[in-house]
Amino acid sequence: MNSEILRTNVESYKKLVELLKSEGFEMMVDLTVVDWFRKKEPRFEVIVQFLSVSSNERKTIKVFVNDDDLTIPSISDIYPSANFYEREAFDMFGIIFTDHPDLTRILMPDDWQGHPLRKNYGSGRIPVQFKNAPRVDQ
Amino acid sequence: MKEDTRKSKLKFKFDLWATNSEENGWNISSTDEGSQKMLEEESEKQIKIQTGTDVIDDFILEEDTTDDERMIVNMGPQHPSTHGVLRLQAELEGEVVRRVKPVIGYLHTGMEKTGEELNYFQGPTNTTRMDYLSPLFNELVFSLTTEKLIGIDVPDRAKTIRILMTELNRVSSHLVALATGGMDIGALSMMIFGFRERELILNFFEKTTGLRMNHNYIRPGGVAADLPDGWQSDVEEILKIIPEKLKDYDDMLLDNPIWRGRLENIGILTTEECFAYGVTGPSLRASGHSWDLRKSQPYSGIENYDFDVPVLDEGDVFARWRIKVLEIFESLKIVEQALNQMPKGPYKIQDKKITPPPRKRIDESMEALIHHFKIYTEGFKVPEGDAYVAIESPRGELGCYIVSDGSSKPYRMHVRGPSFCNLQALPVIMTDSPIADAVAAIASLDPVIGDVDR
Amino acid sequence: MYTPDNILTTTIDKAVRWSRTQSMWPVTFGLACCAIEMMAAGSAKYDLARYGMEVFRASPRQADLMIVAGRVSQKMAPVLRQVYDQMADPKWVIAMGACSSTGGMFNNYALVQGVDHIVPVDMYVPGCPPGPQSLMHGILTLHDKIMAGEINR
Repeated sequence: MNSEILRTNVESYKKLVELLKSEGFEMMVDLTVVDWFRKKEPRFEVIVQFLSVSSNERKTIKVFVNDDDLTIPSISDIYPSANFYEREAFDMFGIIFTDHPDLTRILMPDDWQGHPLRKNYGSGRIPVQFKNAPRVDQ
Repeated sequence: MKEDTRKSKLKFKFDLWATNSEENGWNISSTDEGSQKMLEEESEKQIKIQTGTDVIDDFILEEDTTDDERMIVNMGPQHPSTHGVLRLQAELEGEVVRRVKPVIGYLHTGMEKTGEELNYFQGPTNTTRMDYLSPLFNELVFSLTTEKLIGIDVPDRAKTIRILMTELNRVSSHLVALATGGMDIGALSMMIFGFRERELILNFFEKTTGLRMNHNYIRPGGVAADLPDGWQSDVEEILKIIPEKLKDYDDMLLDNPIWRGRLENIGILTTEECFAYGVTGPSLRASGHSWDLRKSQPYSGIENYDFDVPVLDEGDVFARWRIKVLEIFESLKIVEQALNQMPKGPYKIQDKKITPPPRKRIDESMEALIHHFKIYTEGFKVPEGDAYVAIESPRGELGCYIVSDGSSKPYRMHVRGPSFCNLQALPVIMTDSPIADAVAAIASLDPVIGDVDR
Repeated sequence: MYTPDNILTTTIDKAVRWSRTQSMWPVTFGLACCAIEMMAAGSAKYDLARYGMEVFRASPRQADLMIVAGRVSQKMAPVLRQVYDQMADPKWVIAMGACSSTGGMFNNYALVQGVDHIVPVDMYVPGCPPGPQSLMHGILTLHDKIMAGEINR
């Protein structure tokens, strides 16, 4: 099922979400971030999926976050289900959601450095070593 | 009458537990989300405490004791009845849970990062390991999203095989949910029964896909292999045995006063709360709202099957248990129809760029060999764009969001796990109920931690 | 303590080793997919009770064997080590599945690449996930290892 895509900016993002809530979109089903590292400016794009159970409809909000402060208003007061998703976005991408009740790391340990799903964060791959294999780096 | 009690129990604005908002100073360190660091130096004292030769009982100081006697109890991450490595911080007042904070991430596997390194052909290998009780659904949602990005449609036989396999998977997943739910509450026979019937389905899966779990069977462009010879008799056996055994469960539990007493009017979740916390799947249907993506937003040709969506109004743990039993019957209906209507034809799309040629063709044709090599080394390219596809997994709406930049690997792959969202409702259904009901409440939501943490 | 072999102590050795293999209680340490197969091994069809191991203990103090069933994340690693430390000697560890043996297909930032970085492992069971038969083969091989080994560990 195709969902209608609404593009907006950080300032009018929360207003639009409130409008969707009043239009009868009961559920916020997904919130995620895409890191367009060196591909697009600004770098981070927040993508939020909404679902209306009553009218069987989906809508998607896409909003670019300003590079200099990486902040966007939290919508967890309108949709409480955004709570975990915003914490995950903070943990994985370092997006700061203002007025979030508990913006802490959710998946990684508290003392973790960096935000793993950013494109400039290495995947942490450990090279596989074989016994008696000739060294290739010499 | 029943309606009134439910409305009065609406706990929409519960007390959200933010990190470090605990009032008593001494217990912050003991419930800190940290304790992540391993013991850097093996201190003598610590070893003595752990081996039990040194007992510290001087931590209750005079000035720390307060009148309200709230105690923070940590449950998990290593706990037999939290369904995996879920950790709960519960603030207790006597026996009653006042605040709960689920702490997750103990099974974070970095699958979304790994998914960016694997190409679309290898993608199901990764996604299938997310929700390990319903692996075929994860493969299906990844394949559907990829197919939507490419703009292809799979043959009818592939669609029917997908429906057959996923609905059988729904049965096996619900059986595990019933089994572990029974075990948590103390009905150990239920656990033995549930795993016994699951073996039937798993044997069929092993015959078809080669593995009992984590199949990597449904792939972009169709399925990996055709159904084995004699699959009809296997499915018929499943269709014959499981309804009989479900009657046994009903005989054992449905009118069992202990079972009903433990489950009824416990952990009530209303429709409004479900909407607010994004709860979907059986939990939403048990709270009185008929919402099933198989009916409203059908995928893979499931609109051609005749089945009902069971709905219960109570919204308590008993309803969430009962609805899983009813859904098994409906899934078996779909399986029976898929068995009877299985069309003939190819089981994967006949596009050489997307699906590999059969093994025999490689010996005969140079071109087939080249295509085979290209698919297994480089994969296939997917046009630029993004897509979100959602299907109804045994736990709710399972979504997959893929951004493609035109290469053979996803630029960003995100999976919306239903358990992740459903888990947010745990504080709602656990607050102001006794600690003994907490376990029943967790079991009824049926979270799979692999799906929560990914 | 070194006890030289003689007729009396070798017979006691054998009895001690045998008794250790016959009621080896595992601690419930289910992490991921493999935990489901571990539970399947414990329930009706495969029936670990045949080897006296059907009681999965919730408390590490009462357990002899830790079956690390599933992928171990960086966040879980200290917890795992603490549970291992709390187990009473003698204790054994089985790394069940590819993820806990080597990190498996998830060679990334989040996972410990093999549980042998944290705890000493006695037996590795391959598979993703290993079936109950594979797990039981691993357990029986561990029994053989205990029967052949020293009693002081």
